[in-house]
Amino acid sequence: MYVAVKGGEAAILASYRLLAEQRRGDTGTPELSVRQIREQLKLAVDRVMTEGSVYDPELAALAIKQASGDMVEAIFLLRAYRATLPRLGDSVALDTARMALDRRISATFKDLPGGQVLGATHDYTQRLLDFALLAEGRQQAAPAPAADAGTPPASVTPRVVDLLNQEGLIETRPVPPGDPAPVDLTRAPLRFPADRATRLQNLARGDEGFLLAMAYSTQRGYAHSHPFVGEIRFGSVELELAPEELDFTISIGDLEITECEMVNQFAGSKSEPPQFTRGYGLAFGHCERKAMAMSLVDRALRADELGEPVEAPAQMQEFVLSHSDSLEASGFVQHLKLPHYVDFQSELELVRKMRAAAGGAGDHE
Amino acid sequence: MTTTEYNFAYLDERTKRMIRRAILKAVAIPGYQVPFGSREMPLPYGWGTGGIQVTAAVIGPRDVLKVIDQGSDDTVNAVNIRRFFERTTGVDTTTRTAEATLIQTRHRIPEASLAEGQVLVYQVPVPEPMQRLEPRETATRTLHALAEYGLMHVKLYEDIARYGHIATTYDYPVLVNGRYVMSPSPIPKFDNPKMHMNPALQLFGAGREKRIYAVPPYTPVESLSFEDHPFEIQRWDTPCALCGATDSFLDEVITDDQGTRMHVCSDSDYCQSRQQADSVAAAPDPATDAAAVDGVLA
Repeated sequence: MYVAVKGGEAAILASYRLLAEQRRGDTGTPELSVRQIREQLKLAVDRVMTEGSVYDPELAALAIKQASGDMVEAIFLLRAYRATLPRLGDSVALDTARMALDRRISATFKDLPGGQVLGATHDYTQRLLDFALLAEGRQQAAPAPAADAGTPPASVTPRVVDLLNQEGLIETRPVPPGDPAPVDLTRAPLRFPADRATRLQNLARGDEGFLLAMAYSTQRGYAHSHPFVGEIRFGSVELELAPEELDFTISIGDLEITECEMVNQFAGSKSEPPQFTRGYGLAFGHCERKAMAMSLVDRALRADELGEPVEAPAQMQEFVLSHSDSLEASGFVQHLKLPHYVDFQSELELVRKMRAAAGGAGDHE
Repeated sequence: MTTTEYNFAYLDERTKRMIRRAILKAVAIPGYQVPFGSREMPLPYGWGTGGIQVTAAVIGPRDVLKVIDQGSDDTVNAVNIRRFFERTTGVDTTTRTAEATLIQTRHRIPEASLAEGQVLVYQVPVPEPMQRLEPRETATRTLHALAEYGLMHVKLYEDIARYGHIATTYDYPVLVNGRYVMSPSPIPKFDNPKMHMNPALQLFGAGREKRIYAVPPYTPVESLSFEDHPFEIQRWDTPCALCGATDSFLDEVITDDQGTRMHVCSDSDYCQSRQQADSVAAAPDPATDAAAVDGVLA
């Protein structure tokens, strides 16, 4: 006979055990260390830090290990950890012109102050499986030649948008009066309409796949954008704090970041002459695809402000910002796995009633 | 995770205070959705994070907690959330509705009447009752401000025009205190009347959508309807196969490959309490009980 379902707790504990076994895999193979993940899966670590909103390569690597390589799950782990951390203060705005550059490319100028620095990139690899990597533990990277992919950058490399600004060809974004503190999306709910600082926070934490698709849609006619990569730069930059009780700033360490400035056409309006407008992307670590997608979506979301018609999904704040977060999306989609007996029972009864009213075909009762 | 690594009830005290302020505002404006700074919880969005945050903000060491999902204390999600609070607070938990001071629920209101002093915390997936009709929050916010609920009434009217009756069976919209139209969360409409003038405090938490709302004790809650199409709740032709209840929400259970069904109470505590009361009242004779149940099954 039927008895009410019991044993949920035992099932959950058994599931934990199976999960741990699955994560470990064949015990004849050496266990993957957090250090190995951090050193050898750098791009995965960088994505988890970016969308997890915590700059900590070690914890990001731990999250990847614990999540068996499921990136969205790893991001979730890091976010949940982050939610328990106190907020100690605000940093001084990053000065990305003073970055120590590992890579810097511009698609708008063949050469420019500071030069083009190719750096480490998959861009010009031929995507052929390298079977040499199958022979594990043997190969050693060739020592870097003295003069590598580019010339060593100067300590201050002006940004392309600053160069364009000398001619007044590009919009400027002066600091608003009083320099108001931005909303902190991790502490306050997203409200609409959201200002640009809030939108950028949302996009920075947003799922890379979602942003990539939204950005792609702007290139295929859903929101006309005519973008040029003004500049992508990747390198490390100093993070400084200005404690209230001191009259100088103190450096608390270096961050590796990827920054993208997208330059877009703008025909001008009644009040403004034609000029270029900007879209901005920023990510922790080396996340070029993310930073580029973010800058395209940022620009699309400025339609309202620039007086462009809001017609495509990528231009709609509520559409983009409400659906960009992988935790929210993944949680709500997957909650469909939870029991819905009661709701389904209600629908069953309704459908039977409607079928009976329509002629009673195929009713079991 | 142990209680020493995290604060009591997981959230830090500042976050709890922020949530309690939102709750106080919600209680002051029954049915109004108060935005709050929802945190990432160690459980996924959509799995009860709003209810968990509300519970974490109001729970104290002397509370007795009950957690149900679909009316049952024993489904995996209810077990998981109860374990979370056992680990992070160490409070006593119970399955008895009457013994609990704090009840977190997903998709049901317990069958047993609640009392003054009890708090019922609902997990809410979609707090905005009009979201399926108007997805833009900026628009629905204005409609609430103007108490302009024509959209919802037209939806219900279109149901009647198309099917002859209102085709909403759960998450059936209610008007709270004569002012705000509110989503009761996806409880079956069977439970809607229990919200009306309930002596307990009813709190609603939507973590992913970052909203909290409330129905204070003894607040009128009216299910939307028309004069010629009054609100009706679901009824079953059969009693519960286990406890014989005729007044409870019944789940349908398929018991064999031929699709034989039986109906049992969705509220597992209500069902078990009734069975125990029966076995105490009548001299226990399990053989006849089992036969009776088998008779229902056959």
